[in-house]
Amino acid sequence: MITLFLAFAKMSLAGFGGVLAFARRGIVEEHRWMTQDEFNETFALCHFLPGPNIVNFSVVFGQRFGGVAGAFAAFAGLVGPPMMLVMMLAVLYAHFGQLEMLRRILAGISCGAVGLLLAVVVKMLMPLLKRRDIAGMVVTIAVFVAIGLLRLPLQAVLLVAVPLSLGITFVMRRRTHA
Amino acid sequence: MNGESNPIGSLVSTFGLMSLFAVGGANAAIPEMHRIAVDVQHWMTDRQFADIYAISQLSPGPNVLIVTLIGYAVSGFAGALAATLAMCVPTAALAYFVSRLLGRSTGSRWPSMIQAALVPLSIGLMAASALVVAQTADRTWAAVLLTLAVAALAYGTRLNPLWLLLAGGVLGFAGVL
Repeated sequence: MITLFLAFAKMSLAGFGGVLAFARRGIVEEHRWMTQDEFNETFALCHFLPGPNIVNFSVVFGQRFGGVAGAFAAFAGLVGPPMMLVMMLAVLYAHFGQLEMLRRILAGISCGAVGLLLAVVVKMLMPLLKRRDIAGMVVTIAVFVAIGLLRLPLQAVLLVAVPLSLGITFVMRRRTHA
Repeated sequence: MNGESNPIGSLVSTFGLMSLFAVGGANAAIPEMHRIAVDVQHWMTDRQFADIYAISQLSPGPNVLIVTLIGYAVSGFAGALAATLAMCVPTAALAYFVSRLLGRSTGSRWPSMIQAALVPLSIGLMAASALVVAQTADRTWAAVLLTLAVAALAYGTRLNPLWLLLAGGVLGFAGVL
């Protein structure tokens, strides 16, 4: 259990801009707890469940290796230590957030953070563009407009978009298989 | 905090619900967090939200820790803990039970199909996240240029994203933006 906790803590604390790549390295290459395929399959499961993917992953992984206690250990390792760190930053921000110098630094960092997010969006969009997946792109744009521009509540948008996208995917697959 | 009688309670109900609707992970839920924290509950200003997003990206660990920062802004350490657990525990419990139910190998086409259907949704949500933060962060042309340059570098190279964020911080400090 302690090994599990420490392994997840280490991966998490190394994980700037998302823990996934570090989790893959730690679990597949370093500890050899899973093969690459097992890792991908488990992560796919966590990706289609709602919520923070890597948090789901820690629970599923922990459960398979050590039941309830394993799930707790992995989850605590993943979330606990970085949460302490973030809370320390929160205290600093509460005290010094109004300083002109810090304001400027944070403004620069948020510009960079938006850039990182844009890069992820483009990376994920490329396969859709290459496949000429018109239906997928329409769903992407519709969700972007509804959430980004119209600022509609997430639940309402998902209630329409999830069944719609599932329906489209189902019909498209049948057509390509037929 | 506009006279909210029980801030912890509203943090827990907000993020507990969001947890189950957060398709595509924490980065896709940014617009919803912004809508609730800034527009509905008035927990913070636009500027504070952008700052908090910057801090969460700068720290290691899962992206979901932005929720910790929102919780802290609302009601200190207790708020931070309550918000984080509310965002993680419902979906973690779901993951636990689904994982036990499915066992090691699924073999079913359903997970892969659901995943394929959710990908376009996630992309749209993340693009919306970028827009929401950009509307606060990118107020000058220099700032827009910096964002685009970081996007290009992150897309085209394997640079550690931390360096790109720090470079943004240095430029901001130098007063370029």
